[in-house]
Amino acid sequence: MSEKGRLWRTFKKNKTALIGSIVAILIIIAACLAPVISPYDPFEQDVANRLGPPSRLHFLGSDDFGRDVLSRVIWSIRISLTVGLFSVIIGLFIGTMMGVVAGYKGGIVEIVIMRTVDVLLCFPTLITGIMVAAILGTGQVNLIITIGIIFTPRFARLAYGPTLGIKEVEYLNAARVIGASHLRMIGRHLLPNIFGDLLVAATLWMGAAILMEASLSFLGLGVSPPNPTWGNMIKSGMDNLSNAPWLSLYPGLATLITVLSFNMIGDGLRDVIDPKLRI
Amino acid sequence: MRIQYIIRRILISVPILLAVYTIVFFLVRSMPGGPAVAVLGDYASKEAVEALEAQMGLDLPLWVQYVRFLWGLLRWDLGRSLINGFPVAPQIAEVLPYTLELTISAIIFGVIFGIPLGIFTALRRNSLLDYLARTFSLGGISMPEFFIGILLIMIFSIKLDLFPVMGGGNLYDLHDNLSHLFLPALTLGLMMTGYVTRTTRSSVLNVLRDDYVRTARAKGLRERVVIYGHALGNALIPVVSFIGVYAILLIAGSVLVEVVFSRPGLGKMMIGAIKQRDYMTLQSVMVVYGSMVVVINLLTDLSYGLIDPRIRCK
Repeated sequence: MSEKGRLWRTFKKNKTALIGSIVAILIIIAACLAPVISPYDPFEQDVANRLGPPSRLHFLGSDDFGRDVLSRVIWSIRISLTVGLFSVIIGLFIGTMMGVVAGYKGGIVEIVIMRTVDVLLCFPTLITGIMVAAILGTGQVNLIITIGIIFTPRFARLAYGPTLGIKEVEYLNAARVIGASHLRMIGRHLLPNIFGDLLVAATLWMGAAILMEASLSFLGLGVSPPNPTWGNMIKSGMDNLSNAPWLSLYPGLATLITVLSFNMIGDGLRDVIDPKLRI
Repeated sequence: MRIQYIIRRILISVPILLAVYTIVFFLVRSMPGGPAVAVLGDYASKEAVEALEAQMGLDLPLWVQYVRFLWGLLRWDLGRSLINGFPVAPQIAEVLPYTLELTISAIIFGVIFGIPLGIFTALRRNSLLDYLARTFSLGGISMPEFFIGILLIMIFSIKLDLFPVMGGGNLYDLHDNLSHLFLPALTLGLMMTGYVTRTTRSSVLNVLRDDYVRTARAKGLRERVVIYGHALGNALIPVVSFIGVYAILLIAGSVLVEVVFSRPGLGKMMIGAIKQRDYMTLQSVMVVYGSMVVVINLLTDLSYGLIDPRIRCK
């Protein structure tokens, strides 16, 4: 059996990863079909039903403006997944470039890039996120850039180690001898070798990115109301915890299920790639 | 442990601290608006802004401001709040114990429950309890801290009326302090338990595959002796270093928990400073956060050397 086939079989046998994948696929489908499956417009106000409990009319209840909680939870998936996906892509792209260039060039370039990365990693991610969000301002695009910046040093560190190991192997020396340019050496020979590991990390950090989005929106530094995100829905629901707990409860559960599904996939992928780490 | 190792490790922390402070200084300088505009408002005249900037020393060259900033740090002079005009250092000293007690109690909670749970699940791999504990720990690290906090408030404060919903309590009144601390510490503690359980379980499983454990079993030692006498000590070495990493995560988590429980602390102070554009306070809080992380990393490395004989002998 081919290597890919063996990896796929190991992944399929891992029940946690399989369940995580199914749930994640369902969530992605729900995001794509949001206009079709959400019962109401997420901004539509039903003043007669303000703070209404879960009922046949509003399956997960309604908020203080009478907006349907279920519809807002479903529409939030789009924002969370978009922010998660694009921020991880930004971190992956810039971080990988930094790590590969540092490992490949060596010397002063390596020292400057990697020491900067080390210092940036000194700060807890959320605290860096809060600072960067405060500088860039709120909004979906700024949030994507903020979380992308936070993940950049992590990807840089991850790409740096393997680059150091690969840059002295025979085929790279051979490419160098026949006069390949630096760009060709990196793009054609180096990157394809380390990209698999980076993609696994990207899946693992997708959950972390969604969690970060929720946290920053909760703190009022992410996507601002009235646009629905789980973080800002939980925050605005806190004013009515005793009389309308569903306002915070359901967006919180949605966050938990989404992040959990991506973490389950990440765990499974890690098991497939490195059986020694199987836990 | 050799004294040179400790001194060398402490000396390494100095340039790291300097780099952290430098990044904080420049990050805060790149905030939109600037401190003078923050104080006077967006519609203040240019002259008024310039006059206040001169008064605050913000018209000086950047490197002079930077040297002043570092010199102030050396003397524990963190400047004055732009909002209330009081020195920032005493305000930080007032709230820091709340953040520290929250973080430390969460670490203790995580270690007390996480390590035994991790060992137990590793020794009973693939049992029902193992699956339950793994699901719990994965849930613990996937759930936003603020959502755990809200759930605990709903159950213990609103439904059962056992603990206060908000505030940090009086630090000098043990009962009041503990009753305010319990739910926030439980919130972060559950997350910590999730991390510690996973690390311990994976570490114990790795060690149980090692040759010396096989040798110990082959020479007929009882399982209890193999596990507690041989395997466990080595399995816990990586756990200690990871506890340092998780402690840093907890510091970040404490920001959210302090906001949820309206609890005084560095995190709440930081969010308040950002909302009010109080750059002086923000800069100082970031300096304290950065220093805490560097100190945690230092303590982790030193404790690593203390418990691992291989590092101790180097």
